[in-house]
Amino acid sequence: MRVLEKIRPPAGTAGCPAACLIKIYKVNSSQIDFNSVVNRSYEDMLKNAVVLTVLIFFLVLPLLIRSNYLLGILIVTGLYTIIVIGLGILMGYAGQVSFGQAAFFGLGGYTAAILSTSCSWPTPAALLAAMVLPGLVAALIGRPTLKLKELYLALATLAFGILVHILFNEGGEITGGPSGLMGIPYLSLGGLVFDRDIKFYYLVLAVVLLVSLAVHNLIQSRTGRALRAIRESEHAAEAAGMDTVLLKLQAFVFSAVLAGLAGGLYAFYVTFISPSPFSFHMSVQFVLMAVVGGLGTFWGPLLGSGLVVALGEALRWAVPLVIPGAGGEYQIIFFGIILVLVMVFRPGGLGSLFSPPVHRERPGRPGEKGVDDSVAGG
Amino acid sequence: MDLTGQLLQLLFTGFTLGGIYALIALALVTTFNITGVLNMAQGEFLALGALLAASLCAAGASLPLAFVIAVATLALLGGLLERSAIHPARHAPGLILIIITIGLSISLRGLALLIWGTEPASLPAFSGGGPLFVMGAAVNPQSLWILGLVALAVAGLHAFFELTYAGKVFRACEINRTGARLVGINPAALSFLAFAGSGALGAAAGIFIAPVTLATYDMGFLLGVKGCVAAIIGGLNSVGGAVLGGLLLGILEAFGAGLVSSGLKDALSLLVLLGVLLGRPEGLIGAVAGRKV
Amino acid sequence: MLLEVEGLTRHFGGVAAVKEISFKLKKSEIFALIGPNGAGKTTVFNLITGMLAPDAGSLVFEGMSLAGLKPHQIAAAGITRTFQNLQLFGGMTVLENIMAGAHLKGRTGFLKALAAWPGSAREEKKIRQEALALLKEVGLAGLADLPAAALPFGRQRLLEVARALASGPRLVLLDEPAAGLNSAETKELADYLKRLREEGKSMVLVEHDMETVMEVADRIMVLNFGEVIALGTPAEIQANPEVIKAYLGEDEQVA
Repeated sequence: MRVLEKIRPPAGTAGCPAACLIKIYKVNSSQIDFNSVVNRSYEDMLKNAVVLTVLIFFLVLPLLIRSNYLLGILIVTGLYTIIVIGLGILMGYAGQVSFGQAAFFGLGGYTAAILSTSCSWPTPAALLAAMVLPGLVAALIGRPTLKLKELYLALATLAFGILVHILFNEGGEITGGPSGLMGIPYLSLGGLVFDRDIKFYYLVLAVVLLVSLAVHNLIQSRTGRALRAIRESEHAAEAAGMDTVLLKLQAFVFSAVLAGLAGGLYAFYVTFISPSPFSFHMSVQFVLMAVVGGLGTFWGPLLGSGLVVALGEALRWAVPLVIPGAGGEYQIIFFGIILVLVMVFRPGGLGSLFSPPVHRERPGRPGEKGVDDSVAGG
Repeated sequence: MDLTGQLLQLLFTGFTLGGIYALIALALVTTFNITGVLNMAQGEFLALGALLAASLCAAGASLPLAFVIAVATLALLGGLLERSAIHPARHAPGLILIIITIGLSISLRGLALLIWGTEPASLPAFSGGGPLFVMGAAVNPQSLWILGLVALAVAGLHAFFELTYAGKVFRACEINRTGARLVGINPAALSFLAFAGSGALGAAAGIFIAPVTLATYDMGFLLGVKGCVAAIIGGLNSVGGAVLGGLLLGILEAFGAGLVSSGLKDALSLLVLLGVLLGRPEGLIGAVAGRKV
Repeated sequence: MLLEVEGLTRHFGGVAAVKEISFKLKKSEIFALIGPNGAGKTTVFNLITGMLAPDAGSLVFEGMSLAGLKPHQIAAAGITRTFQNLQLFGGMTVLENIMAGAHLKGRTGFLKALAAWPGSAREEKKIRQEALALLKEVGLAGLADLPAAALPFGRQRLLEVARALASGPRLVLLDEPAAGLNSAETKELADYLKRLREEGKSMVLVEHDMETVMEVADRIMVLNFGEVIALGTPAEIQANPEVIKAYLGEDEQVA
C-alpha cells in the first residue's frame, strides 16, 4: 500500500501552471467562497512563471550553444518527450504499460519515410499517415488486451515490438533491411522547408508545447477526470458510468499516435532511417524516461527524457574509459538497474524528490480480487 | 531420407525445442501462481547458469560439480533478487512489478555481458557417442536429456504440490493469501522460495541446453519470451498447460523454420503470442490441461 | 415497477451466494436488504450493477432487461451504487469526486478534451455548478477543495452517497452507508435518505444498523445463506419469529 500511495501524485498536481489565469477566472465565477483562492492563485502564478521561464530558456538556448551535436541531442530529447508524454498518459492514468513504444516510433518513421520517397506523398500527408497507422495498430492490439490485467498489454506490446523490429530488418526492399532507407525529403509545411537543425529545433519545440497543452487540456477535462478516477478506483469509476476499457484504449491509441508523430518527425529530421533506433531496448528506455520523470506530472516527460538522454550520452563517453573496447550495449545495464531501483524505491519518479508524497489516510480499498472480495461482506 | 523420416526429424527437433520452452514455462507458471509476478527475467537464469557452468568446466571442474555449483548459485541469485527487488514492491500495482522484472532481465543480461563478453561458451554433451537413429531420423542424445529434465521437473513439481505439506501450503497461498497467513503460512517466504526455485530450474535448463545451443550472454531474452508464449498458450495456470504449450510451440517452430527464412524464425513465435493474446488471452489449452498448479 | 428481480442466482465454487432471489421495487421506495454477514447482500448489489454475472435469473429495470450489460452501461441506465469498503477517488478533491460521479451528464470525449472544445467548457461549468449545489445540499460545500481522502470517515461516507447521486440516477444502491458513523451522523443520513425519497428517488439499502433500517425502510427483505427468509414492512419483519431466530439469535429482541 505504501508503494501504491507513492505513485499517486497529490491532489491538484495534474494542474498545468499555464492555465493559471483561466483557473482564477473559473474559481471566481463559480461564486463559491474558497478561502484558499488567494493561495492558489499565487501558487498558479508561480507555476506560470516557471513555465514561461523554461519556455524562454528553450527559445534562446540555440543561440547560446553553437554546437550541432548539442542541438541534435536537444532535438532527439524533444522527440522522446513527445513519446514519453503519451506513454505517461497510458502508465500514469490508465495504469497500463507498453513495451512497444519504440515499435510505434519506428512504424511512424518508416511510414513517413516510405510514403514520402517511394510513394512521393507530400511530406505533411506522410507525417499524418505516420500518426494514423500506429494508432490503428494500437487499437487492434489494445481492444482485446486492455480488458485484462496489465500483464496482457505488456506482453502483447513486447511481442509486437520485437516482431516489428524483426520486420524492419527483414523487410527487403520495402524497408531497406538492416541498412535502411535513405533520401527522405525534408519536411515542408506551406512554403517553410525544415532543412536545417535550428529550424527543426523550433519545430520540435512547438510540437512539444502543443502536445503538452493538449494533454493539459485533457487532464483538466471530463475525460481526464475519468482517467484519474480510474487510477483511484476502477470499480467506482465503472459504477459512475465510465467506460474504463474504452478510456484505456483511447489512452493507448493516443500514446501510439504520439510515438508515430515523433517517428515521422525523426525520419524527416535525419532524412535516413534504419531499424536500430527502434529496438526493444529503446522501448524500455521510454518506460524508464516515463517513470524517472514521474508519472502523472506535468514536467515528468521532459525531465525523464532529458535525464535518460544525458545519462546515455555520459555513459557512452564514460564506459569505454572503464571497460576498454566496450560498445553501446553496456549502457543498457545501467538503464536496467536504474529502472529497477526507481520502481522499487521511488515509483513516483525522481520528480517526487522535490514534492514529497502527502501523507494521508486512504479510505479502505479492496484487495486484488476486487469484486470477489466485497462479496464476502454480503 | 524419406518423407516419414523428414517429418520425424522435424518432430524430434520440435520436441527438443519444446522441451526447452516447457522448462521455462514451468518456472514462469509456478512463480506466477504463487506470487502473481510473471518473471520476465527467467530466460536470463538459463543464460547465467549455462555460462557459469561453462566457465567452471573450462577451469577444470567436472560437469556434475559445475552443475551443482551453478544451480546453487542461481538459486541464491533468484532468492536474492526476490528479496531485493520483488519483495519490497509486493503491494505495488501490477504495472510496477512487470517493469521491475523487465529491468532485472536487462540488468542480468548486462551482467552476463560484463563477465563473459560476447563470445559463446560451450559445454560438453552429457553422454558421448553420435546421434541415435530412429526410422531414419537422427536424435541428438542431449535432446533426450532435455526431455528427461522436463519429465523430472513435472514429476517434481507434481510431487511437491500434491504430496508434501509445503506444497499444499503453496497451493493454499495461491488460493487465498489472507487465509494462508491465518494458518501461520508466510506468503513472503513462499515468494522467496518460488524465485529461488526458478533460479535453480533455470540454471539446470540452461546447462542441459548449452551443449545443443551454445551459451551466450544474450540467449536468455528470446528464450524467456518464448517461455512466456508457451505459458500463455497453456493458460498461465497449469503445469500441464505449460508443458503442452512449450511442446506445441517447439513443434510449430521446427516445422515453421523450414518454411520461412531463419531471420523470420523468431517472428513466428511472436506471432503466435500476439495471436493468442489478441484472440484467446485465456490460453489455448488451459481448459483441456485441467488441474491448476 | 422500477426494478424487477426474478430468480437471481449466483454460485461461488459450488456454494450458492445468492439463491433464486425475487423481488419488485416500486418507485420512490426505500427497500432494505438485511441479513447476517455472508448472507449475500453485497453479491445482490454486484449482480444488479453488472459487476458480477448471474448464473440464472433476470433483472429488468424500467422495462429494460439488464442482462449482459457492463457496469458502466447499467450506470447509464440509471442505477448507481456506493461501496461498503469506501471507494472514493481519494487523491481527487471532494468537488472532483462529485464531478466524476456526474460523468454521465457530460459528453466531452477524448478528442474534444485535447482540443479544449469551446462547448466542453460550458458543459464543464454546468457540471461544476450542479456538483457544488449537491455538495451544499449534503453540507460538504465548505470542504469542496480538500482531497477526499483527507475528510473524516463520516464525511467520506456522505461524500460517497452524494457521488452516487451526482449523475441523477433513478435507483441508488447503498451498501452500509451508516457503517462507522456516530449517532448524530447516522441520524443526519437517515433524514437525508428520507428527503431523497420524497424527491422521488428509489433506494436499495444494505445496512446493519437496525434502528436506521426500521426508521427509513418502506419494506425489508431478509436474506440468510443467500435465500430470502422474509419480506415485508418493518413491523411485519419485527414480528416475524423466523427472522428473529435466524438473524438476531433466539434470545434477542429487535430494537
